[in-house]
Amino acid sequence: MSETIAETQARGAGALVPVTVLTGFLGAGKTTLLNHILTAEHGRTYAVVINEFGELGVDNDLVVDADEEVFEMNNGCICCTVRGDLIRILGSLMKRRGRFDGIIVETTGLADPAPVAQTFFVDEDVRAKTRLDAVVTVVDACNVLTTLAESPEATNQIAFADVIILNKTDLVDEAGLEAIEARIRRINANAPVHRAQRGNVQLTDILDQGGFDLERALARVPDFLEDSSHEHDDDVSSVSFTVSEPLDAARFQAWIGALLQEQGADILRAKGILNYAGEDRRFAFQAVHMMADGDFIGPWKEGEPRESRLVLIGRKLNRPRLRRGFESCRAG
Amino acid sequence: MESGILAERGAERQLGEHVIGCAIARDGRMAAFATAAGDVTLVARTAGNDADWTTVPVHDGAVLSIAADAAPTGFLTGGDDNALRRVAADGTVTQIARGRRWVEHVQAWVNAKGEAKSGLILSASGKQVELRDGSGERVLKVLEHPSTVSGVVFDAKGKRIAASHYNGASLWFVNAKVDTPRELVWKGSHIGVVLHPEGEALVSSMQENDLHGWRLSDGHNMRMSGYPQKVRSMAFSRGGKWLVTSGADAVVLWPFTGGGPMGKAPTELARVDGVFCTRVACHPQHDLVAAGYDNGMVVLAEIGSQRVLPICEPGRGAVTSLCFSLDGGWLAFGTEGGTAAVVDLSAR
Ligand SMILES: [Zn+2]
Repeated sequence: MSETIAETQARGAGALVPVTVLTGFLGAGKTTLLNHILTAEHGRTYAVVINEFGELGVDNDLVVDADEEVFEMNNGCICCTVRGDLIRILGSLMKRRGRFDGIIVETTGLADPAPVAQTFFVDEDVRAKTRLDAVVTVVDACNVLTTLAESPEATNQIAFADVIILNKTDLVDEAGLEAIEARIRRINANAPVHRAQRGNVQLTDILDQGGFDLERALARVPDFLEDSSHEHDDDVSSVSFTVSEPLDAARFQAWIGALLQEQGADILRAKGILNYAGEDRRFAFQAVHMMADGDFIGPWKEGEPRESRLVLIGRKLNRPRLRRGFESCRAG
Repeated sequence: MESGILAERGAERQLGEHVIGCAIARDGRMAAFATAAGDVTLVARTAGNDADWTTVPVHDGAVLSIAADAAPTGFLTGGDDNALRRVAADGTVTQIARGRRWVEHVQAWVNAKGEAKSGLILSASGKQVELRDGSGERVLKVLEHPSTVSGVVFDAKGKRIAASHYNGASLWFVNAKVDTPRELVWKGSHIGVVLHPEGEALVSSMQENDLHGWRLSDGHNMRMSGYPQKVRSMAFSRGGKWLVTSGADAVVLWPFTGGGPMGKAPTELARVDGVFCTRVACHPQHDLVAAGYDNGMVVLAEIGSQRVLPICEPGRGAVTSLCFSLDGGWLAFGTEGGTAAVVDLSAR
């Protein structure tokens, strides 16, 4: 899909219902975490979309069974897939929006997170009423390294995450945990990793992450990433770039549009905070495969360096070429 | 004071919940409004604001679909509690069936004489469409589809059933001994379906803001595009001359005469810049269209003269449902903001 970055719309960001996508492999502890979220005392109500094999210890009419029906867009591209059932379910839930504060969508263990995330880019009704707050991936400290070695879906789930919950940490020693965290960082350098036992995470770590407010996340990208000489082409990795001069908005859109068109199948996620020339506000950009979206967010803060940061997570990322491309978007 | 026919010869009620659909019983004596809270509100066809509104709880969860029953009175509803229910004119609720998935679509058919024994009921949940007799007691067929059914309709004669889903639509024969559908294939997500009243074409609405059609005589594909939004509402005008659609800042009409819409430009009615049409309904006797917009405005527009008559001014929230009585003398509409309204259009 050759979608260019959407123009800023007066969508009334405050009115959009946040949607948290919960992914993770079978046995990683997703259901435990979900029950923890639903029973904890936080004074908020969540509607929950569970997969049909899921079992939840709560009974309420805001729990909806989904059947993960994925369809390809009719643009002939196999990476442009959308969850059709989710469009219908979110549409129905939004007619009762006064009854909950947020929505949590659980996926099956084997699911590729892309169709779920892309649903929030593609469907106009979903976009008009909800926003993808965060993709939260639960991984099991005992099995994660084996699972990663055996399954590309597990890698994708980590690559897609905005937040990673490293569960069952009581079953692995500190050295083991550090090795796991290092492995996770090589795939996804900018998602925070929270350690947990039996899903006992701080809910503030996973809910209301504010999707578009990527700044904190981007600030986390460590510099050691710059050395990726040991990566294989087919591994998923993260690259990040900073440009301190203002960018030309049209040039950036043309470049990223062409890049996603050409390489979108390999680029799982892209996120950026951009400093456009002649603009006082920060521009937040994000993409899943070929589908991109962007919006101006609040003004630059006093004393904050006005620079543009871009993170790409995917396969076959050619760092020097991408850096040259991003730098060529400078204004003037 | 607000102008428009609603103020002069209508009645309205604030239901406090998103109205998901409305229907008028076949005898034209009662309208019903279904809400996302699971209720149905009934109103009888009496004069003006003396109208008597009754609300009954029908589903545990949201009502997803509502239609006039095959009988002269009463309504059928489908809910996200997986139930198919009947609401009688006196508000009595009975259950026809309860399955394992949301009942997202429901429709009834009866012959022109209104004979009870000819009645049929369709309901769709998940990938299945169930066909029942008019009483609802007997399941005649269970039709399986490759993916979730997004829309299902009878043809005008009650002989065929069209269902839309991913990658196309299926056309079934009600009286077939062996149930094999005619598959109409077109890649992508089809989100709604309508059949030409003379059986000339099947048109589906697509996720990518356009319409896809098949000429049924030879399976020829038609594409009708250029919409800024998804087409949520479509209806053929009396006799099938025009396909009337929502999805733009005007009512968009495609000509289905003289070889169909191929190579022809659509006609527009009742354009309002920057305001999008969300629902359309065609008058059963005249070339007259009722249209609702996302700002709550409702109009009547005449296809030939392009004359537009306001029913009500903006307000009330996006129009979600709209229907005429079979005699064409009564119009009902509902909005996202919770308004249910009826308007008397009959000559006095
Ligand atoms: Zn693609």
